[in-house]
Amino acid sequence: MKLSKEKLVEMLRKMLEIRCFEEAIYYVYAQGWMPGLAHLYIGQEAIAVGVCENLKKDDYITSTHRGHGHLIAKGGDLNKMMAEVMGKVTGYCKGKGGSMHIAAPELGIMGANGIVGGSIPIATGLGLSSKLEKDSRVTICFFGEGASNQGAFHEGLNMGSLWKLPIVYVCENNLYAISVSQQRSQNIEDVATRAKAYGIPGEIVDGNDVLAVYEVAQKAINHAREGKGSTLIECKTYRWGGHHVGDPGTAYRPPKEVKLWKDKCPIKGFKFSLIKRKILTQTEIDNIENEIKQRVDKAIEFARKSSYPAPEEALDDIFAK
Amino acid sequence: MREITYAQAIKEALAEEMRCDENVVVLGEDVGILGGNFRATAGLYQEFGEKRVLDTPISESGIIGCAVGLAMAGFRPVAELMFGDFVCTAMDQIVNQAAKIRYMSGGKLSVPLVIRTNIGAGRSSAAQHSQSLHAWFCHTPGLKVIMPSSPYEVKGLLKSAIRDEDPVMIFEHKGMYNKKGEVPEEEYTISIGNADIKREGKDVTIIATSSMVKESMIVADRLKEEDIKVEVIDLRTLVPMDKTTIINSVKKTGRLVIVDEGVKQAGITAEIAVMVTEEVFDFLDGPIERVANENTPIPFSPPLEEFVRPTQEKIYQAVKKILK
Repeated sequence: MKLSKEKLVEMLRKMLEIRCFEEAIYYVYAQGWMPGLAHLYIGQEAIAVGVCENLKKDDYITSTHRGHGHLIAKGGDLNKMMAEVMGKVTGYCKGKGGSMHIAAPELGIMGANGIVGGSIPIATGLGLSSKLEKDSRVTICFFGEGASNQGAFHEGLNMGSLWKLPIVYVCENNLYAISVSQQRSQNIEDVATRAKAYGIPGEIVDGNDVLAVYEVAQKAINHAREGKGSTLIECKTYRWGGHHVGDPGTAYRPPKEVKLWKDKCPIKGFKFSLIKRKILTQTEIDNIENEIKQRVDKAIEFARKSSYPAPEEALDDIFAK
Repeated sequence: MREITYAQAIKEALAEEMRCDENVVVLGEDVGILGGNFRATAGLYQEFGEKRVLDTPISESGIIGCAVGLAMAGFRPVAELMFGDFVCTAMDQIVNQAAKIRYMSGGKLSVPLVIRTNIGAGRSSAAQHSQSLHAWFCHTPGLKVIMPSSPYEVKGLLKSAIRDEDPVMIFEHKGMYNKKGEVPEEEYTISIGNADIKREGKDVTIIATSSMVKESMIVADRLKEEDIKVEVIDLRTLVPMDKTTIINSVKKTGRLVIVDEGVKQAGITAEIAVMVTEEVFDFLDGPIERVANENTPIPFSPPLEEFVRPTQEKIYQAVKKILK
């Protein structure tokens, strides 16, 4: 696949932005600057970026508890995200949602979701709206292999495939549902094989290879936009950390396995290939990284300086005014 | 005035709203070609076609999730859950998704969704097709809950629910779908959040929901012969509750009986009773009486079912008891 230099650089930039943001979240958590917890996307950056680089601004995505990467890839503002994670009034949801519930409908981000599999039936409705309106939007439904064991997965994919909805189901198989490995939770090796049960294409892709993800997603998105229906894409990947910032992730995963996957870092490999292809030099990459680091630092500063919502705002937004 | 059935009133409300707003769509099990298990959507498929009246697979979670997504994207879906008992298989989408999306998003997303389902025993349908589970949803901020007591109420309230910007759960009554009542030919709506005083009286207040309104009216007639003047309030909306109408009535009568078909334990009757004691305890001349279903699953055999349900006789006895 031939991609422009600008596109390739943008893909690297987005992956670096996600990595840097997530590392900052861990730092913010460790400093005690954020309430609650957050589920980090480190290690899976190639998937959000490879998929979302195919999208238009008004295409929909539904996200998960591990959603920061999807939101950044879809154009989320770092300041508003960081502020939301810290529970500040300047956050995307005025501090009412936090890390797991960021929504930005103006960017087609129709909500991250704290319930595993919860967004799969919702994606059906988003996809159906596009079919009824003939607006040629595509809905990307992100979830993990853990969610593929929920009843909602079956109901959503059955309806989405039945009605030939413009939905791409992106399963990020990071091998663990909290502590339970995939092999201890389903009797199949590839989630994508489940596509056969719904009569839709099922694709398996190296989720740590951003170009491979981009290519597979492009095909599925075009298929959806042309009115040919849904696709299930399984991206094989790994989360580097534990389930959330407070979980070291060491109790249930062999260190060797973690190291093996860290060696397959989606960013390191992509950087290497861009330098080799003379798209970017190491210095240029360093400059990009520094610029991103500064933006993330500014996001932390913005969020820290922002106010908490007034307590009585807890009573607003239950119903429309 | 002309009389139509409760099911026909629902169908009229849907058809009228669908004609004036193309974003209104209906989805659910058997709502299309069949016209609904209780015929409440009869004729809609023929008038509006398969794109606006969608027969779905048996997937309650999928149905409500789909409706949530449609609503977020600007549609006004009306989803039917054939029996109220089936809310259980859709609970995540109702409670964790629909009810909370506006709040979690800080008001950025709206879910103008109507969920039509029902309550009501008395049909020998046993424990999984007879429950009255409306109180559960009053315990979930973010949902409006309405319980229409007649064809007139169901038409006017459903039209308002469809126009509402938030998720509304409308609990119809299975025993009333075929019952007729007066419904005006001309268009009208009934606003959500207003109770209705069905009969004025000075001696005792009965607050009733759904089909219990009619039962209470019959009891009020019987008590009138004993010179007991009963005020009957049709609650109509459980959330948001019309506290003013309730409070004013209790201030006037000083005695309160609450009648509802849900089970008694932690039911809506308890909520109303406590609200009254919080607000106007000093006006009460005696303990509040509650008439509700026994704390049992709904049994199959008619004498068993009759035994556990709220009945006219139980309402009558409750009024007599607090007037002693």
